[in-house]
Amino acid sequence: MNKLIISNTVRFIGLVLLQVLVLNHIGFLHHLNPLVYIVWVFLFPIRKNQSLLLIFSFLLGLTIDFFSDSGGINAAATLFIAFIRLPILKIILRRSDFDFVLFNLRSIAFGKTFIFISILTVIHHFILFTLEYFSFNEFSSIIYNTILTSVFTIILSILGILLFTKKKK
Amino acid sequence: MQQITYFIRKFKYFLLFIILEILAIYFTIQHHSYHKSKFVNSANFVTGGIYNKVNSINEFLYLKTDNQLLIEENTRLKNLLEKKHISQNDSLYKVEDSTQYFQKYQYIVGKVINNNFTKRDNYLTLNKGSNYGLTPDLGIINGNGVIGVIKNVSSNFATVLSILNSNSKINVRLKRSPHFGTLVWNGKDYNTCQVTDIPRQAIVKVGDTIITGGKSTIFPEGIVIGTIKDFTFENNQYQQINVSLLNDMSSIGYVQIVKNLIKEEQIKLEESAINE
Repeated sequence: MNKLIISNTVRFIGLVLLQVLVLNHIGFLHHLNPLVYIVWVFLFPIRKNQSLLLIFSFLLGLTIDFFSDSGGINAAATLFIAFIRLPILKIILRRSDFDFVLFNLRSIAFGKTFIFISILTVIHHFILFTLEYFSFNEFSSIIYNTILTSVFTIILSILGILLFTKKKK
Repeated sequence: MQQITYFIRKFKYFLLFIILEILAIYFTIQHHSYHKSKFVNSANFVTGGIYNKVNSINEFLYLKTDNQLLIEENTRLKNLLEKKHISQNDSLYKVEDSTQYFQKYQYIVGKVINNNFTKRDNYLTLNKGSNYGLTPDLGIINGNGVIGVIKNVSSNFATVLSILNSNSKINVRLKRSPHFGTLVWNGKDYNTCQVTDIPRQAIVKVGDTIITGGKSTIFPEGIVIGTIKDFTFENNQYQQINVSLLNDMSSIGYVQIVKNLIKEEQIKLEESAINE
């Protein structure tokens, strides 16, 4: 249990620093920055009690907002994907009940992990850019940014997860 | 009562989610209205401190380009001084009473420790705050043009509303004719801004220089901003004038903070004229 707390705390701080000091300044094709910090939400252990996940996802988003002067857009988007994470996972795995303690993202098939990460990333980015632009006139910009940034984020997230987590059978 | 407790217990995660989401959206809306975001900004001790540390490392990598910019600006200023010298000798010499002299602007050196240019609404963080006499609504410039306006200050840091922001509206004019317009940004390219409200009788040509106008109380008149890249003239109106900025908004180091010393006087006078 202690090990879980420490690893999640380290991951929280590490991802925030990685996001605000490196990834926010990439500017690929002029304006694309991957938002890899949401990997924390994917990797947070799945438990029946969700309040910790909700509170810390909100704090994670708010921390990013503090650094990038963006109001509450990251907090709102991250909180939303944290809330829908379990229902989405249930739909993808076609299971209604989990072995909550033993569940690990690396123990399910790669295709399903990919779909899970993609769905949550696209939803997160769509909410984020909608709140950032805050206008229906710019709907095309919102969709354009959502799709391109999602591709970038999904590739980096999956590479990161494959490299930095241990595979469990 | 029992039913309420049952309801809360059944939907406790959903209620927690709704409360936090409303809080986040409240911050977002507060942030979108200019002059209101007091809580979530990077001008605080922790975020400002981290940016300051990292920036002091990054600074070494850009010493060469910074020196280049400084030497260019020095040369330009020296040339200006020389010109002034000549014109003074030409005219009749007049002794100026030093009590008649008054200073309109004060410049303070600052450093950008966090720069954003990829989002729709971009903000910068400066390494100086109210300890150095900074207040909201001071202009930020560097040798190559206008950068933005201070939005929030804490004791050691300040956030700047960049010109690459949907809330930024800066009064500009054409260099060759005194027609005023407004500098805005459409969010597409960080090296290109747009000028709107140029009257249709103004003659606009590609390559014309755009400078700051004297109407605002924030910036001194005549700071070069950029040159006109292209424009469309439809329905007897200038629709969109694209200006390519002289400044590279993606690499900003040291900046000057412009403090207008007689701003209060001007605003008070203008307000009294409206009230009459």
